[in-house]
Amino acid sequence: MIRILRARIHQGHRTLAYPDAAPPELPERFRGHPELDPQRCADGCRECADVCPTGAVTPAPALAVDLGKCLFCGECAAACPSGALTYGRDHRLAARRRGDLLVSENEGVRLAAALDARSRRLFGRSLKLRQVSAGGCNGCEAEVNVLGTVVWDVARFGIQIVASPRHADGLIVTGPVSENMRLALRKTYDAVAPPKIVIAVGGCAIAGGPFAGHPEVHDGADAVVPVDLYVPGCPPHPLTILDGLLRLLGRLEDGERAARGPY
Amino acid sequence: MNGLARLRCGESLARPEVPDLAWDELAHALLEAVARGLRVVAYFGAAEDAGTRLYLVLADDREGALAVAGTTVRGESFPSLAASCPQVHLFEREIAEQHGLRAEGHPWPKPVRFAPPLGAAADTAPEIPVVGVTDFYRVDGREVHEVGVGPVHAGVIEPGHFRFQCHGEEVFHLEISLGYQHRGVERALLGGPDRRTVHLMETAAGDTTIGHACAYCEVAEALAGSPAVPRGAALRGIALELERLANHVGDLGALSGDVAFLPTASYCGRIRGDFLNLTAEVCGSRFGRGLARPGGTAFDVDGAMARRLDERLERAAADCRSAIELLWESPSVMERFEGTGTVARAVAEALGLKGPAARASGLDRDARRDHPSGAFRAGSPPVALAASGDVYARAYVRWLEIGHSLDFVRARLAALPPGPTRGEAGGLAPDRLAVSLVEGWRGEICHVALTDGRGRFARYKVVDPSFHNWMALAVALRGQQISDFPLCNKSFNLSYCGHDL
Repeated sequence: MIRILRARIHQGHRTLAYPDAAPPELPERFRGHPELDPQRCADGCRECADVCPTGAVTPAPALAVDLGKCLFCGECAAACPSGALTYGRDHRLAARRRGDLLVSENEGVRLAAALDARSRRLFGRSLKLRQVSAGGCNGCEAEVNVLGTVVWDVARFGIQIVASPRHADGLIVTGPVSENMRLALRKTYDAVAPPKIVIAVGGCAIAGGPFAGHPEVHDGADAVVPVDLYVPGCPPHPLTILDGLLRLLGRLEDGERAARGPY
Repeated sequence: MNGLARLRCGESLARPEVPDLAWDELAHALLEAVARGLRVVAYFGAAEDAGTRLYLVLADDREGALAVAGTTVRGESFPSLAASCPQVHLFEREIAEQHGLRAEGHPWPKPVRFAPPLGAAADTAPEIPVVGVTDFYRVDGREVHEVGVGPVHAGVIEPGHFRFQCHGEEVFHLEISLGYQHRGVERALLGGPDRRTVHLMETAAGDTTIGHACAYCEVAEALAGSPAVPRGAALRGIALELERLANHVGDLGALSGDVAFLPTASYCGRIRGDFLNLTAEVCGSRFGRGLARPGGTAFDVDGAMARRLDERLERAAADCRSAIELLWESPSVMERFEGTGTVARAVAEALGLKGPAARASGLDRDARRDHPSGAFRAGSPPVALAASGDVYARAYVRWLEIGHSLDFVRARLAALPPGPTRGEAGGLAPDRLAVSLVEGWRGEICHVALTDGRGRFARYKVVDPSFHNWMALAVALRGQQISDFPLCNKSFNLSYCGHDL
């Protein structure tokens, strides 16, 4: 018992002060929101598009990155001879609409909008989610799990991953939706009582990720269920997932400190 | 090894040099080699002009060598050896499924992934069985009942179906039916490498990004005839051990959670993240995406970063000791760990177990020592062993490996070889075969590549250690309480997608 207490003192208090304080600093080499400067593109250059494994990059003159398809591997930035395409450290990537994930010339970050008033009233203080991995590689699953650790402690926002769809207000879907999980995902969705929401976490669940176009997968969750929030990344950083969840619930406004709750 | 061609990891072999044996000769060579202690690391088919050709790759751990042979299947079936050599049981089922063949006399001829044959075009594919619908083994009798779990589980984990035959609380038999995660990885690798190849490797089992990416790099480097530059190889070794540290710490935390010992569960959940963040410091991704590339690594660690990483490792080491040593001195934990989910050494050997699960049952095998490549040529961490084969042994082996990996990473960070991190990758030589064995955190990862006349992949075989170890979980459950399943499952912590590919 003494040793347990000693360990407790050694380990200390580790829960992030975020969102009351600034978010934790991410590593210098972290690849977050892309920053585009097509003025630097040479005529006809398509080095970025030629190396992209998923066709996420459209070359100049309409230089754009589809965050839904993007694996954030940085091959495009490494290939770019002029610095027109780089990845910044902004972790805020989540969007409510698939189209909002298309980043073009310095549009800045289009932050995910909150749910409507009725949904916020229902879910704002208590959001129970069932997670379904449908061909996920255990990267996104692991980063969703991390939100439950003492560091992130999403329970303080009333967010909890529950064991059954019957207990849930919605789903977190990861993976490209393998054909062999299509029915199970659909059944799990149907088992959640309405009104319900679906959150697609990771490039696979948005557009198929590195498996896009394989006949064995369905290129994302919205082939099977309607999606309310898209969280890009391969896998997304836990901070990116949390940012998306809190914005969906209207608990983060334009990156400023969170309100204590919707009321 | 009469009649078999020899090579080592990191070398390649001209495909015409792979002996084309008659079936009887291959079967004899396999059984004789396994009797002498060699292991079957890969056994798979490839579509060739004369029909499906089976390739057998054996590992000779004492010699640090590999032995390869092939045989061409005549007709629609091939004889099964599973009854006399259990470690090929799943390989044979996989060959049957991927090539539309029958494994004649296989005691358990069921689908592996409920997937169409590898080469089948979508419109000509034969009817695939519906996932999860198969001939489950069933125990009948009064007071016997069946419990089905999955594919969607209660936790945030990947999907799979588990079916228990129980008498009261006691499990007579557990059958594990997978395939839900099948994404067509091996089919998509055919004709490569291309710009997607390395990403498919990094996500074959995403929690083993470094392990599978390193296995791919080593195969590609062997086929190109240009090994990784020393600094890149050293960084890959460091990243492989960081991946092991993160996952082992996470597993010990999860095991604590499953026996409701919350202090260690809470601390390890955080410390796991500290190790992931070190990998992110190096390459921007907590899972090591984008780091390992043929020729070396895409990122460097300079002196200042090496010192920062070392300081953080020292703190993490102290945190690990504080968190994990609590387990071994807490009777409530030890009571649940000891004697639960035992896999006897002989069973582990027969099934060809890999990694910590094998070492926990007393099998002294570790590809870092036995088939060293890259960073491990200059010395590998000590091999951690236990004897009891239970949950305790699987947990304790992880704890020993955490200590060894910490020492290894810190020593290598302090002595990084000079030079660039990435050499010229080079094109792949045509008509050759190469094999890599990488000791990932779950165990030995085996990749085998065959190139065609143009230097493209005619076949690429991925063998995740989970492919072998799932059967051990089923065996471990026999005679256990069904309530011990989560604990047993966690003590193996196997990959669903690494199995399903």
